[in-house]
Amino acid sequence: MPNSQPNHGHVAVMEPEAHGPELVHQFSDVQQQKNAASLGMWLFLVTEIMFFGGMFCAYLIYRLEYFNAFAAGSQQLSIKMGAINTAVLIISSVTVVLAVKAAEAGKRKLLVGYLVVTVLLGLTFLVVKGFEYREKFEKHHVPGSTFSFTDKFDDNGKQYSVNSKEAELFFSLYFVMTGMHALHMIIGCGLFTVLAILAWKGHYTPAYFTPIENSGLYWHLVDIIWIYLFPLLYLISRHS
Amino acid sequence: MAQHEEHTTHSQAFYLFIGFALLVLTATTVGAAFINLGAFNPVVALLIATIKATLVVLFFMHVKGASEKLTGAVVVSGFFFLAILLSLSLADYLTRSGPMWR
Repeated sequence: MPNSQPNHGHVAVMEPEAHGPELVHQFSDVQQQKNAASLGMWLFLVTEIMFFGGMFCAYLIYRLEYFNAFAAGSQQLSIKMGAINTAVLIISSVTVVLAVKAAEAGKRKLLVGYLVVTVLLGLTFLVVKGFEYREKFEKHHVPGSTFSFTDKFDDNGKQYSVNSKEAELFFSLYFVMTGMHALHMIIGCGLFTVLAILAWKGHYTPAYFTPIENSGLYWHLVDIIWIYLFPLLYLISRHS
Repeated sequence: MAQHEEHTTHSQAFYLFIGFALLVLTATTVGAAFINLGAFNPVVALLIATIKATLVVLFFMHVKGASEKLTGAVVVSGFFFLAILLSLSLADYLTRSGPMWR
């Protein structure tokens, strides 16, 4: 049917206007492109959920088997630093949604401002985390040949001694989970630094700010992972 | 459908309110950890964490009110497969006789 050929691509031929990033040629309208972008980002985030999910699963099984050691290990963590970092991440999530809102409204300077504040809050989180890690090195709570754990599990005043190998498992999971989370934070900080520079140069308009939205989705997921890590690692058997 | 394409975001006051609620829930989870609830301590901690995560997903990540309904299905499927991973693993380890791996 060679005669049916001219109708194909009819719209593209009739609209000579140049296509920007807000509507690339394979999508029929802006909303479809936006939906596809956010759906693709969510598919990536699902793989992230499964990635961290494996670690949460390992944590859950070992915690059920070695509860006393996990509780004793958890009691060595600083609730104050963990809670401060939780608050820092929540506030950074607020600045990210406000950045997306500023991008939607086309307020360039406000957008850059929120992105910079987000990066600074992310760095604050990492610095606090660094101080926590330093304390672990000082107390020899870093898994490896120098690991030593002599603390007891304090259960309502009753002291239970714990196997240091079991406590080492808790700290292995602590470092792997918070370490992978911190790596995601470092990537997020890098991402938002680049976005802030591009936003300053005026790359984003109310018609196109998909990178801001998708990076925001990533940042919120990293926040959600911390929302679970905080009670699971820091708050085991704290009552007395 | 195309009429709703603008303003998937909420007002600034609403975001600040959700952020404030998340901070209050963080304080609540710390406070609850110091009260002896027996076996319910981890249950309460995870319940509060899940409420916080739900607030973030629905309002910060704009899943509630998203024009693409498939996004919601993908989000639910992600957590559904996580639930399969956790529940089937525990169905194995928790039903072994004696210590879990000896």
